[in-house]
Parts: sequence; C-alpha cells; structure tokens
Amino acid sequence: MPGAPISACSASRPPQRVTSHPAAQHGSAMAAAAEAAAGSGPGSQPPAQRRLRILSGHLQGSPASRAPEAERFLSPSQCRAGGAAEQPVASTIPKKRQEILKWNGWGYNDSKFIFNKKGQAEFTGKRYRLSGMVLPVLKEWMEKTLGASLEHKITSRAFLNTSDVPPSIVNEEFLQDLRATKISYSQEAEDRVFRAHGHCLHEIFVLREGMFKRIPDIVIWPGCHDDVVKIVELACKHNLCIIPFGGGTSVSSALECPADERRTIVSLDTSQMNQILWIDEKNLTAHIEAGIIGQDLERQLGESGYCTGHEPDSMEFSSLGGWVATRASGMKKNIYGNIEDLVVHIKMVTPRGVIEKSCQVPRMSTGPDIHHFIMGSEGTLGVVTEVTIKIRPIPEYQKYGSVVFPNFERGVACLREIAKQRCAPASIRLVDNAQFQFGHALKPQVASIFTSFLDGLKKFYITKFKGFDPNELCVATLLFEGDREKVLQHEKQVYDIAAKFGGLAAGEDNGQRGYMLTFVIAYLRDLGLDYYVIGESFETSVPWDRVIDLCRNVKERIVRECKEKGVQFAPFSTCRVTQTYDAGACVYFYFAFNYRGISDPIHVYEQIETAAREEILANGGSLSHHHGVGKLRKQWMKESISDVGLGMLKSVKEYVDPNNIFGNRNLL
Amino acid sequence: MAAAAGRSRLWAPMYSQKELTSKKRDEFEDILEERRQSSDLRYAMKCYTPVIYKGLSACKPSAIKDSVLQSEQLQYVIKQLSKEMGESTDIIQEEAIEILDEMGHNLHIGAIRFFAFSLSKIFKRLFQKVCVNEEGIQKLQQAIQEHPVVLLPSHRSYIDFLMLSYLFYTYDLALPVIAAGMDFLGMKIVGELLRRSGAFFIRRTFGGNRLYWAVFAEYVKTMLRNGYAPIEFFLEGTRSRTAKTLTPKFGLLSIVMEPFFKREVFDTYLVPISISYERILEESLYAYELLGVPKPKESTSGLLKARKILSDNFGSIHVYFGQPVSLRTLASGRIDRCPYRLVPRHLPQRLSEDIQDFVTDVAYKMELLQIENMVLSPWVLIASVLLQNLPAIDFELLVEKTLWLKGLTQAFGGFLEWPDNLCANKAVTSSLALHSNIVSLVNGQVVLNDVGMEDGATEDLVFKQALSILMCGAYRNQLLNVFVRPSLVAVALQMTQSFRKEEIYSCFNFLRDIFFDEFIFFPGIALKDFEEGCFLLTKCDVIQVTPQEILVTEKGNSVAAFLAALFRPFMEGYQIISRYLSKETKEAFTEKQFILGIRNFAFQLLETGSTQCYEVLSSDLQKNALAAFVRLDIVRRMKTTNGFTYTVNKEALNKTAEMFDSPIPIRKLVTARL
Repeated sequence: MPGAPISACSASRPPQRVTSHPAAQHGSAMAAAAEAAAGSGPGSQPPAQRRLRILSGHLQGSPASRAPEAERFLSPSQCRAGGAAEQPVASTIPKKRQEILKWNGWGYNDSKFIFNKKGQAEFTGKRYRLSGMVLPVLKEWMEKTLGASLEHKITSRAFLNTSDVPPSIVNEEFLQDLRATKISYSQEAEDRVFRAHGHCLHEIFVLREGMFKRIPDIVIWPGCHDDVVKIVELACKHNLCIIPFGGGTSVSSALECPADERRTIVSLDTSQMNQILWIDEKNLTAHIEAGIIGQDLERQLGESGYCTGHEPDSMEFSSLGGWVATRASGMKKNIYGNIEDLVVHIKMVTPRGVIEKSCQVPRMSTGPDIHHFIMGSEGTLGVVTEVTIKIRPIPEYQKYGSVVFPNFERGVACLREIAKQRCAPASIRLVDNAQFQFGHALKPQVASIFTSFLDGLKKFYITKFKGFDPNELCVATLLFEGDREKVLQHEKQVYDIAAKFGGLAAGEDNGQRGYMLTFVIAYLRDLGLDYYVIGESFETSVPWDRVIDLCRNVKERIVRECKEKGVQFAPFSTCRVTQTYDAGACVYFYFAFNYRGISDPIHVYEQIETAAREEILANGGSLSHHHGVGKLRKQWMKESISDVGLGMLKSVKEYVDPNNIFGNRNLL
Repeated sequence: MAAAAGRSRLWAPMYSQKELTSKKRDEFEDILEERRQSSDLRYAMKCYTPVIYKGLSACKPSAIKDSVLQSEQLQYVIKQLSKEMGESTDIIQEEAIEILDEMGHNLHIGAIRFFAFSLSKIFKRLFQKVCVNEEGIQKLQQAIQEHPVVLLPSHRSYIDFLMLSYLFYTYDLALPVIAAGMDFLGMKIVGELLRRSGAFFIRRTFGGNRLYWAVFAEYVKTMLRNGYAPIEFFLEGTRSRTAKTLTPKFGLLSIVMEPFFKREVFDTYLVPISISYERILEESLYAYELLGVPKPKESTSGLLKARKILSDNFGSIHVYFGQPVSLRTLASGRIDRCPYRLVPRHLPQRLSEDIQDFVTDVAYKMELLQIENMVLSPWVLIASVLLQNLPAIDFELLVEKTLWLKGLTQAFGGFLEWPDNLCANKAVTSSLALHSNIVSLVNGQVVLNDVGMEDGATEDLVFKQALSILMCGAYRNQLLNVFVRPSLVAVALQMTQSFRKEEIYSCFNFLRDIFFDEFIFFPGIALKDFEEGCFLLTKCDVIQVTPQEILVTEKGNSVAAFLAALFRPFMEGYQIISRYLSKETKEAFTEKQFILGIRNFAFQLLETGSTQCYEVLSSDLQKNALAAFVRLDIVRRMKTTNGFTYTVNKEALNKTAEMFDSPIPIRKLVTARL
C-alpha cells in the first residue's frame, strides 16, 4: 500500500548497479490512497504486473531455462568493475524521469484523464486496462458529488520555467572530488525540481502554479553500493546535506527540502542501482540493489518464476529502498507479509559507516533488531543500498472476487470475522458506500446492450429483491492466490463467512475492477485539479472495535470542518478498510472538495487534513500505518511514541549522523 | 487577584458582560391558544411523524433491552460480580433482567394520544397560557436530526416532564425518554402510562449497587448511541422546593457524555430548557416539606385529590428551549484525546480528574444557561419587595417599588415578562389576585395571609408565619441567581465598611465560598464573578470603581441596601446556624439531629422575637449550610455504618462566625431600610 520511492535508471548508462537507500516515502497521495484503499492492487494481475508480463513476458521460459538466467546475476556488487561481465537490465523509468513521467502530476505522460470533445471523460494512453476508454458517467459524478463544472477550468502552466528555479549552489572543490569518482550527476533545473517533491497535494499545487523555495542543488546517480559510500564520504568531508531519492512517491513531505538548509543539498537518486544481484533458490531469497522499482523487480523475478509479492499501490514507481525506509505495506501482505516480514538483510551506508548484519538468517536474538532502526528511518540515517528479500514461486492461480454487504457495519463485522478465523485472502478490502458509487462513476462505456441489461438485472436483484439500500450498501473486493484447488476451497470458506453477515457474492469482474482502479485513481487527482477540485488520501491503523466509530467520526469531521472553513460544496469524504490484522485494520480515507470561492485552498485543505488527523488520534487510531511521518506528521510524533521513545530515536540519529548529513528533517 | 486562579478553565463563563443587557431572546407563542379553538380529540389523533436522528437504526424497546443485556459493558460487570460473589452468571443475569424490566420504558402511540388528549384538557384548566419559544423548537428539531440530543430542563414541578412531552408531541418531535424517579411506579396507572409514553424509572439511590448502575448506565448509553430518542433528565436531580436552582448532580450527565468521550458518537447536543411557572402547582406542599412535614408519597389517589387544584388558576408557563450546545465544541481544547485509547472501551473506569472537572463545568454551565432564560413574572418582583416590607406595605408604594425593581432587574439582565399592555397598577393587582392564597389587599395595604391549612389546628403562629414567608420566598428566590453577583458585592461593601478593593474582594470571596451550595456559581472563577458584580453595579451608578477602590455613590446607597437586604435571610440564617453549632451541639451528630436541633433553636429565637429570620427554618437552607460547612472544613463529616456523622471544628467555626459577626453589617442595613 504505501507507495514507495521509485527509482529509474536510464537504459543508456553502462552497467551500474547499485543499491538504494531510504528515500522517499511512498505513494502519491491520491495514488497512495488509492492503492491503499484498493487493497493491494496487485493481487491479481493488476496492471503493473500484467504490464510486466507483457513487456518481458516472452522471456518466461520453463523453470529449467530460468535457472541459468538467475545465475547470470550472480556476480555481485563489483559495481562498474563487475559490470563488464553483464549487460545490466534496464529500468522502465529512464534516468531523465521527465522523458516519460509527468513533471507536475502523477504517473506517465501519456496516461491521463481528459474530457473529450463530446464532453465525456476518457482515459488516454495504452498502459492500463482503462486506457482509451470513455467513462460516460464520470462527468455527472463530478458535477453531482463535488459541484465541479466543465466551465470552470484552471490549468497548470505547461512547462517548467527554469528561470524560476533556485540556482544550484555547489562548492567547486566538491565538484572536483565528485568528478574524480566518475559518478554521474546533474545540476540541471529540471532534474533538480523533479527530485524536490513527492506527491502531497501542496507539492503538486506548487508545481502547477509556483515554485519551491528550496530544491536540491545537485542530483547524483550512484551506480552501486561503493558509489554511495564515496558520496557519503564526500558529503561528510564537504559538509553537505544528502536527501536520498527513490521513486519519489512520498506523501508525507519527506522529500521536501528544508527551506532554511544552507548547505548544498544533494539529491541522491538510487534509481541506477537497480539490479538483482543474485537469487538463492535454496533459501528463497534474492539480493537486490535498493533502487529497483516495484514493477521491474516483480517482472525480473517473474522471469525466473518468482515474486516478492510485495505490492504497494505505488509499485509502478516506488523503490525497494523506499519501502524499507518507510515501512511499506503491500496489498497482498496477508500472504507475503509487510516489508518488515520480507526483509532478511539490509545494507545501509551511514556517515558513521556501513551497517549490516553478519549473516542472512530468518531470525536472531541479538538485542533489539537493528533492521528496525533502519526501517521507517525515512532517510534520516543513511542510504539503503542492498537488500536481501524473501521470494516465492509465482502462484499458480489467482482469482478475484467481490461481496456486496447491506451496509458498512456488516461489512466490517465480516472482515473482522475473517481476520479472526485467519482466513483472509491475499487481499481483502471493504469500500464504503460513497466509494462504491465512485467506482460506478469510473465504469467504462458498456459494450453491448446485453451487458447493460445484465447490470440492470444485478442491480434490481440486489436492491429490490434483496432489499439492500443503494445508499447504504458497500462492497468488499477480494483476491485469492495459490494452488487452484486451495484457492477454490478458500474462496468458498470466505463466501460462507460473508453470507453470515448478509454478504452476497457480486462477481469476479467487480473485484478485478476494484483493484485496477487503484492504479488509475491516482491520475484522477490531476483531473480534479483542472476543475477546482483538490483532494488527498490518508491512512491509519485502528483496533477492530473502533473501526466503525473512527470511520464515521473522521468522515463527519471532514464534512464539518469543510463547512466551517467556508467550503461551498459538500466534500467527498470516504473510506475503506484495506488491510486486516489479528488485532485491527488499516483504514484509508479519500477526501476531496471543490474550492471555488476560497482564496487560499491549500491552507484550508491543510487545516482540514490536520483536523482529520486529530480526529483519528482522538479515536484511538495511529499516526500512520504505512505512509510514514515525513515532515507532514512530525508534530504528532511525541504524543505517538512518548518523550522517551522520541529521545531513543534522537540518540540513534545523534550517534549515526552527528552532523546531520542526512538532513531531510523527517520524523524527528 | 490571586484567589481567582483555581483550576484553569478554557472556556469562559457564560455571562459575558457585553451580552448581558443586549441579550436577544426569542419571542414566545402561546400553544394553548390553538388548543382552545380546536378539538382536543382531533389533536390527539393527529398524524404524528416526528423527525428522527439521521443515524437512527430503527429498533423496538425490546431490542434495546436485548442489546443492553448483551453489551460487553454489562457482561463484563456481570462476570466480575459473579467472580466476586461466587454466584453463577445466570443468576446475576436474571437480576439484571429484572432491573431492566423495572426500569425499562415502552412507547405506545395509544398512551401518547391518551396523554395528549387528557393533558390538553388539564392544562387548559390549570393555566392561562403555555408559552414556548418556537425558534428554540426549530433549532431543536434540527439538532435531533444531526446528533443525539440530551434535554436538560429545570425542575420545579411534576408538570415539567409532562409539559415537555406534551410540547414534543405538539411540535411533532420524537418523544423524549425520561429518567424519572421510581416514586412514580407507586402510582399504578399513571406510572404505566408514563412508561408507555417513554419514561424510564430509576431508583433514587443506588450508590452501592454496581449491577444496578451498570444496567442503568448501559441502558441510557444504548439509547443515546442509537439516537433512539432525545434523553431527558434533570441536572438538579429533584424538584427544587425553593425555586432556586439546585446545585447540579453529575452522575447522569457523565453517563450521557461517555459515548462522546469514547467517540462512539461524533457529538452530542445538550439542550438547556428553562421552565418558569407564574404560580407553582406544588407551592404550599413545598413549604410544608421545607418545614419538615414529610412529603406525601406519590400515589394515584393523591393525584386525584389534587383534582381540587384543577379549579384553581396557575397563570402562565414559559418554556424556553435554549440553543443546543455541542459537547464536542465544549470539549475541544480540553478533552482532545479519547481517554480510553489504551484500554478496551467496555471496561468500567474511574473518570480522570480532567474529565471530572470537565463534567462539573459543563453541569454548571448548563444550569447557568437555564437560569439565564428563566422568565421572571411581575409577582417575583412584588414578592421580593414585600418580603423586605413586612408585615404590610402600602399598595401604591408597592407598585412604585416594584416598578423600580423592574428597571434594576432588566439592567442586571433578568428575563422579565411584564404585561406591557397593562398599567403598572393593574399588573400588580392581577398578580396579587393570582396569588391571593399568599397575599391580600386590606385597606390599601398588602399583607401576607395566614396560610395555616384547615387541618393544621396544632400549628402555632411561628409555623404559620414561616409557611407564608417560605411560599413567598420561593418567588423572590427566582430573582436571586440573577442578582447574586452584584448583591454579594453590596453585602461585602457593607460588611467590610471599606473602600479597598482587595478587602472587598476577599469578603466577596468568602461569601461566594459560603454560599456555593446555595446559589449557582461557575467553579473556579471568583474574580470574574466579582468583576461581573462590580460591572453591573457600576452600570447602574451604584458604585464607582477605581484601580484600588470601590466607592458607593450617593444615590447608590439605597440600591446597595436593597441588594444586601435581598440576601439578608441567607446571611442571618447561616449566622444563626453557626451560632447554633458553636453553642448548642455536643460531639458527634447526624444530619437528622442537626436539622431537628437547629429547628428547635430557631423556633425559640423566633418565638422570643430575637430574630425575624423565618427562613432559617427551611431544611433546604439548613442542609446547604451544613454542606458548605463541611466543604470549608468547619464541620467534619465521617462515614459510619449507617450514614454519616458530623463534628464541629470549633476553631474554624469561630473564624467564620467572626467574619459573619463583624460588628457593622447586618444591623446597620436593617436600620437603613427602616
């Protein structure tokens, strides 16, 4: 769920492999939200994976043929030196990210929502299942739910005006030292601006209409662990500030440069450290450079018949190092675990030196687990360069599913029961009524009368025959994975439980669509921004007994705050339960409103988001389940982990990085 | 000034100085007018479709009972009790069911229509008008749809909750569920009818019974969480026999606030309701009770006897629905985090000190809001003047003084309903007529009647006199909470005979402490109260305030004297009680002994004419004084096997007595008045 940073590497560069490090947080706001909410997108073959298969799918041979391939990676980290041996695998995202990614919005340049000449919404491009489709009811939904109107449009500026960009101030001695290392770097405005932000609403707003006060002075692309060691050494020598950058999908202001940072800020982009260094089939682990992004990782492992199963909603862009640095969570964690369950070994470069464990074992009792200082450190301690992670054979069978419940309460009760019986599918998510209706707004034009007739029939059955109130009902989407037989068995078990809570099976298609939306929903915010609608997502974790109360109160608080702050249209305020645990659940909120008539929408937005977070905390929810703290949620850290807890973290920082080289000022 | 510190209060008290005089209050409508013009039967059979809470999950009373019984909270307590007492949970569960049945309400539209019909008949006979602020009703209607609502009416009469339910029916609002004392269950038919129209019954005392408390608390919270219907109860806990607002009880209030603290509901609205009677139905009953003649148990036959009352005229009733107060807004900045974050919410917990303080503050705030909207009739002013001019006052003079008091009352922010269409003479005359059981006009002089009742052959003169003074006093008392702050400043001025602000304030503070159970003060803001009093006096040109001094103006003397005299019965009453305690009591005594003792002591004083303070005979005043003395550690309270016993702390008592007996004050006032 969390988006994690991503990294890119340009195909053109010679073999560099390296690893990555902490970096960004994950997911873009909406995207992340979407992801989270959606539950783990991947479950099935969500787009990313599907895309992976398409792109590289042909390579998949028999397992036998794969083994040798795996061997090929086996020359570990000699960085450039070893590079000679193999042509490295290129990343999907080029080193010059702006070549295929939007500079002022989410995702790929070619993929976006537009209103076509007929005034109908359409999703462009070819990358996603929704691409090229017309969405006939989206416009009406936007008008009705958000009070948006096609006549009131406000567009972003089209290009980055490089003259607005703060100049790059880098000390010449450092540059000389840097050149001597032969590590690639750039001082170009576009490269620097691209790495000055994540995907919080205010950051995107600034890109569209203004300019950041402070951005990195230089972007450096280490190619391997040793490069990172050199860079950190140089930074210590010249007293620079390093901000690691992975996939740039942070939604916690983690990538924002502290405005008062006087030192040169180095954006350490891990995207070129993106190789799978080895796969160990006996122990089912893989050793991977931390800059690899989710889609590349799964695709390349897939070529060998494996996967990590870690699929945060941001997996198209977020990076392994970023996942580690933010304590990411993937939608299929019920089978594969969250990042802390997946990681076997971490190598991190800090100003104090390299930290790693001496062996790669499943568990050890050697004092507090040092991995837990690293995971969630959000780039404040160092750069994660290489990670050994568990891998699993690609499951034989996947099946989507969905269940309609008469209301949210019953749905939550059902999820709770499923968690109690510990039989949750790979992914299970429950969306509330507003989000269910939103899902309908994203339905593509129906191909045939027959389909629309069937839809009508289904609707009739559920609302009239079964007596579900269309303004109350809600839907759970499911993803099962494993042996075909077991999946079918599992499926029956889950549907039987659902039936006890009044749930009706609502088909595979609805489930699959739910997960697909996870990936495109992030694009929707950009469309909203064009029509005076701003929105964001946020998440929390909460004990089971408070899920209902928290969801209701937070949504209500948002509505009330909007009213008080003079927002003229009722906001879109919705939630979903996206992960189930033994002791609680992860809840994801979306919130959007039409800001016409408000002079300072971002300020109003931030006040409301703060109020919503206050409400979450007041209801016994956590500060974050997987988005992390960054700078956005720092103010609540003390109350979240106590004075002493904060002091412990500070003393670690003090020891590891006394000169605050990793000065992004997240977390503490 | 240092003394004001106290607990930190995040929200200011309710009486902001600016609002006092400019306070806009809603207009009243007389609902009986329509009743007098159309059929009661048709009214009783009208289509009744109240608006409901938006989050209401429809359920029957029986479903509520089930969910109470099955609630984690109650089950937890049952298990605990079973462990402690070694009983099986089934037996305790049975007990819980019994309690619930005894308590439970029921809603029957038939019963409601029956009430609607008969109450229409009764109210039309008893009252001239029933006036309601319809704007308040509209706000309430809105509130009911948004969040669970708790109604907090003032309590002066049994009519209170009948009237409220009647109004809710009239205005098509969901009938409130009322926490009423068990006494009503004794009234067979009426009790059942009340239950069927939504009342639920609670034992008056169940301090020690954990099961009872758990069942009751869960029952209330379940209804609240479901938004089943507005919940109604009386902060004062019982009917005020003196028409002074009683200090609030906190138990029920903290129960209804709990779902919000636990965030089981987003918010809860508290609605203060002020019900003012021009003439209280139970007026003489109360006076007897205060003098120690025990109150008759409520019974249906008793009610029937009261039928003769039906031929009497009880004037108008004013019901003022205050602005719904959002609990969330009150709590904002004070109780920002759920105090139940680290424990399961169903575990019974002691309220933290923060929360207790908060509940206390909310209770006082609500009572002050009630007071603010209590309607004062001309008779209240007349009674106040009369009591300072016993045994008789010339009618013309009475009218003149009443008019003068009218001006003062308005300046102090009192909510006066004066019949503007009548000349002052007529207004006073009609008030006297309405209260002809208490006063009469004899040869141009207004005098108190001998109220001695038919069957009271044995009553002596003192008793008779006390009866009528207490009855009359109950009306004057309605003025006191509006006047208390400026008046105590006036008293302090006279007691200290000083100009120094500091000294006057410290005396004011002493009085406020002593009278904390007698009048309603928001806790912890003595300085604000003092400034408020000074502000009002300054506004009326009674005093001039400089940074260091307070000076009474020439023309202010008479006002100050009047204000001090208004509170003289309390001053003298407490003095007599402290004299009694220092001289007459032996070691330990019970409250009963104390009341008997002080009663005899006072009777003697009154018979010998060494005091005129009949109000010291009021058991209300006696109990308040005792509570104040306990609070100030002048009397120590100890728990024994059967109740409490008290001992006097002589040293502290002497100090207090000195404060009271400082040579100048009271006597001088008396002469000034004469």
